[in-house]
Amino acid sequence: MKFTINVWRQSGPKEKGGIATYKVNNISDDMSFLEMIDVLNEQLIIQDIEPVVFDHDCREGICGMCSMFINGEAHGPGRGVTTCQLHMREFQDGDTITIEPFRAKAFPIIKDLMVDRSAFDRIIQAGGYVSVNTSGNLPDANATPIEKQDADAAFDAATCIGCGACVATCKNASAMLFTSAKVSQLSLLPQGKIEASERVLNMVKQMDLEGFGNCTNTGACEVECPKGISIENIARMNRDYISASLSSK
Amino acid sequence: MSKLNANIPDGSLADKWTKHKAKIPLVSPANKRQIDVIVVGTGLAGSSAAASLAELGYNVKAFCFQDSPRRAHSIAAQGGINAAKNYQNDGDSTYRLFYDTIKGGDYRSREANVHRLAEVSASIIDQCVAQGVPFAREYGGLLDNRSFGGVQVSRTFYAKGQTGQQLLLGAYSALSRQVAKGRVELLSRHEMVELVKVDGKARGIIARNLVTGELERHSAHAVLLCTGGYGNVFYLSTNAMGSNVTAAWKAHRKGAYMANPCFTQIHPTCIPVSGDSQSKLTLMSESLRNDGRIWVPKNSEDAAAIRNGNLKPTELTEENRDYYLERRYPAFGNLVPRDVASRAAKERCDAGYGVNKTGEAVYLDFSSAIQRFGAEAALVQGVKNPNDDEIRKLGEKVVESKYGNLFQMYEKITAQNPYKTPMMIYPAVHYTMGGIWVDYNLMTTVPGLFALGEANFSDHGANRLGASALMQGLADGYFVAPYTVGTYLSEDITTGKISTNSPEFEEAENISRKRMEGFLNNKGSIPIEVFHRELGKIMWSQCGMARNAKDLKKGIADIRLLRDKFYADVKVPGKMNEMNPELDKAGRVADFLELGELMCIDALTREESCGGHFREEFQSKEGEAVRKDDEFAFVAAWEFAESDPGKSKLHKEELSFQDVKLNTRSYK
Repeated sequence: MKFTINVWRQSGPKEKGGIATYKVNNISDDMSFLEMIDVLNEQLIIQDIEPVVFDHDCREGICGMCSMFINGEAHGPGRGVTTCQLHMREFQDGDTITIEPFRAKAFPIIKDLMVDRSAFDRIIQAGGYVSVNTSGNLPDANATPIEKQDADAAFDAATCIGCGACVATCKNASAMLFTSAKVSQLSLLPQGKIEASERVLNMVKQMDLEGFGNCTNTGACEVECPKGISIENIARMNRDYISASLSSK
Repeated sequence: MSKLNANIPDGSLADKWTKHKAKIPLVSPANKRQIDVIVVGTGLAGSSAAASLAELGYNVKAFCFQDSPRRAHSIAAQGGINAAKNYQNDGDSTYRLFYDTIKGGDYRSREANVHRLAEVSASIIDQCVAQGVPFAREYGGLLDNRSFGGVQVSRTFYAKGQTGQQLLLGAYSALSRQVAKGRVELLSRHEMVELVKVDGKARGIIARNLVTGELERHSAHAVLLCTGGYGNVFYLSTNAMGSNVTAAWKAHRKGAYMANPCFTQIHPTCIPVSGDSQSKLTLMSESLRNDGRIWVPKNSEDAAAIRNGNLKPTELTEENRDYYLERRYPAFGNLVPRDVASRAAKERCDAGYGVNKTGEAVYLDFSSAIQRFGAEAALVQGVKNPNDDEIRKLGEKVVESKYGNLFQMYEKITAQNPYKTPMMIYPAVHYTMGGIWVDYNLMTTVPGLFALGEANFSDHGANRLGASALMQGLADGYFVAPYTVGTYLSEDITTGKISTNSPEFEEAENISRKRMEGFLNNKGSIPIEVFHRELGKIMWSQCGMARNAKDLKKGIADIRLLRDKFYADVKVPGKMNEMNPELDKAGRVADFLELGELMCIDALTREESCGGHFREEFQSKEGEAVRKDDEFAFVAAWEFAESDPGKSKLHKEELSFQDVKLNTRSYK
């Protein structure tokens, strides 16, 4: 297969960026999208052009590092996949493909397609944990039975990979889906309930401080989320937030 | 050659750790605040160690090359984590977990370390549940378990096929809590490029800020390497693209011995290689072998017809299938250990029974499981006289609830529906049992330098059992290192802050800079990736699933030639003081090019077959591995010498087994 690749090039956070166009040939349909970029980069190196910088690591859809906005969609066409799980067989031979970074005020561009998502780390640092120290003397793991339904719902929320597709795809660049996934996971479990009020207030506060936008319920985040995180989590977080805001402590 | 002292405490095996903990010197809370610790890597071992040490009061700096600690490749572990809880009442115990691990490792691991691992395993589950890790549960609300290869109990805790993710996010949350408190300074997008020793002790590192390209000096009283394994030396592996040996190799070059580097785990159930531009391989969790049955056609004509696309696997009747693991190993069947399952797959494919275009694939079939689960679900749900279609549907639902994400992953990659047609799988490089030599306290041969998790060698011998990597990473990080690192640091309470203005830091930084400038100023024309791919091919064919002296010697010669070519012809674009992933890659590949040679030397030296190390010269008539306990019941720890991996010096740690009798491993 052959493709024309329009890709965002930007040499640094403060430099002006723009689209550059390259051609790639001899792409097989079994290749992943990132393997196609590998081929492009090998070609650029030989031509003395700086290779395209992009984030990637596990290449199996779980680390959350890859982050490309492909033909106007976070992680490209296809549902339930990250960029590394997208295969070239999803495209037609001869297609022109446009690749941009995940764009959001809270995700400043570092170089080319690579963005800084450390805002997500800071949201977790604001309360995305249960305050328990390492100890060899905690209650037995089976001491507190948890309803399967709650455990499963907590797991579904916990599968968020923190890639930021929700933010990139949201017209408001809101991080509600990401934040609510962690809030939900922990508030659904007895271990997380104790700090639930403080947690939701602190995490939402940090989310706002980072410059993420508000949620206007368009649901685009859920559609583009590679892990299918449900916007039910946002509803749950809103409920937790309101009740935490109103309760006096 | 010297004998290595592993500093194993005296006493009976079951009491060693308890007594050791009770006697080791402590550091007072006030003194802990004066002590700095560097943790390199933020996977299960690194995150858990950094969080636990910070909770104790040490000043911790945590480094990772990814953009966030949560990306570390522990995240990709699928199947589960072992613990001797005996919740299933199926006869499990600390001793049985210990014994299974020793046996699974083919008697090449250190008894005392393995017993400690089994002892702390139960606490790991308690810790993770307390953190809010959403393990799979049964309807009664209690934790569910499943079984893994090489054992006859169900002791594996899991969270669908994303157990590593959930455990890592648990450790990451504990780490994040300490970052928020200012107890841990987090340095993401930083790569360790040199170890700094002062007066013979590990006192810091040189790290490259991967965003600005600057070289930074960081000092500490102790350095913990939690940098994972080196499977990427094979180019194609289930490791992440960035997984590398650089931190470990730099430590090795500064005096940390590498132990059993040839012990590589080839995982039996991975998606087969599809083309030349493939950059990585994807694992299909071992948990699938709980319910999937592995087979190839009984007749080679059928296999050929399948390869040509003239026959579908679903068209082949039961009597024309060869469930070769069930046939060869009736006691363990599809759940034999990984090394055994991998070699058996290779044997069938080499004999001409492979089922994909390349002839290197076997089937993993869920149709029996779907039938079985479907019939059970129909009974439970009161469906009267269900027809085949209804049973199938119900069964597929159960399989989806257990393995849904894995099936989806498989379908995304191969464009085939594994609910309807059997999966195709083939062995691939997955894990490295070898690693930096450590003593009982997880300290390397460099005082003050520790190695945790996959980066060290100690617990898995020549073959790791499934669901034991997560257990070891968290055991080391949560429950071992916080004690043993403290013991070392108790002698450092009056040292004071370590200066980074010393000649040692200066020299280490200069060495790193010169190395990088050397790459950038090289007038070569070949991209780095080409060399890495070539190295991978050499390693896979000469030092892969089956090895022999002739191939290994050729491998050594080929690698040396490739290394010379690399330094002469490699082309590294860009500049030093900027973000430059190609420059980072050049450093990593350069280290792999040295490690690969050492792995071949180690494999050549070990004239026996054990676990994942299969020497063709040493096998039984039935093709099983033949160990030579009289000559090779030792850990081969290699010292780097004369700037040349070919001149590495061998040191032996004799393995003495007090509690376990050395037997021929049998899974029949």
